[in-house]
Amino acid sequence: MTKYGILLVSHVSEVVFGVNRLIEQVAKDVPITTAGGTEDNDVGTSIEKISAAIENNEGEELLVFYDLGSSKMNLELAEELSDKKLHIFNTAFIESAYSAAALLQVNVPIEQIKKELEPLIIK
Amino acid sequence: MIRLIQLDGVTQMLDSKQIQKWMQLFAKEIATNKEYLSDLDDAIGDGDHGNNMDRGMIAVIENLEEKNPTEIADSFKVIAMALMTKVGGASGPLYGTAFLEMAKAAQNSEDLAELIAAGTAGIAKRGGASAADKTMLDVWIPTSEVLKNGQLTAEKVDSFVESTKDMQGKKGRSSYLGERSIGHIDPGAASSGMLFKTLIEVTK
Repeated sequence: MTKYGILLVSHVSEVVFGVNRLIEQVAKDVPITTAGGTEDNDVGTSIEKISAAIENNEGEELLVFYDLGSSKMNLELAEELSDKKLHIFNTAFIESAYSAAALLQVNVPIEQIKKELEPLIIK
Repeated sequence: MIRLIQLDGVTQMLDSKQIQKWMQLFAKEIATNKEYLSDLDDAIGDGDHGNNMDRGMIAVIENLEEKNPTEIADSFKVIAMALMTKVGGASGPLYGTAFLEMAKAAQNSEDLAELIAAGTAGIAKRGGASAADKTMLDVWIPTSEVLKNGQLTAEKVDSFVESTKDMQGKKGRSSYLGERSIGHIDPGAASSGMLFKTLIEVTK
């Protein structure tokens, strides 16, 4: 198992699909999983989709990027239900996911990544 | 069994059957008013609160009927899981956490006022909101206060809901509107009002 993976959570499945497509370009060896939309693919977030994306990620600890408020609430709920450690970033979604992916790919330590993303904290 | 002190000073006991009845009344109220709730949400949010809550409450009723819990703590747990998994919007984790905290509290307490207070604390923890942020908490906080003294009335619940109208949204989607959120009732406060008014109804 890889030490770190990335989890993307959005209210819209196409959003996480698109962000995933963008960041995998710079992170071919980083496990990335996504949870977008509700169970029936409406706009919203689903605790079940998020939990599945956490469990299916090959990373032992996950760096998590999300879009709006309820994503974070469901993420925190999912974290309580899972054994994996989540590092939830309250940062600009696309920019910070991209930076983190690029930095993870070249094995930058997580503490350093957190520091580099600090200027992107917006929520 | 849990107890609730009534306006006339009489203590009423509630069992899991009455909790189920409470949820049926709440589900009906939500279904009847789902367009109203979504309209409120349209004004200051993303316009889906009515449909989201309706989907959640349909699941609550189905699961309660299927699992038929006899302990109050189990009833609240079934309600919590259904709302968490089926609502979709922010109300899912918020209402879900409230009922989950009520389920935990019900293992040590029979006092409904204490359970509602535990639910209120759960919502505050999950959403990070405080009083006067124009959220469902502006109904839950004062309701749990007056419940302690047996002074909960439908009129009071209405006034708590109405109080969110003049507030400026500080959490959730309405916060993006800033001052423009003033003048609209918060949809989560409105559905919470329905929850507590149907509680009063079931204890009559």
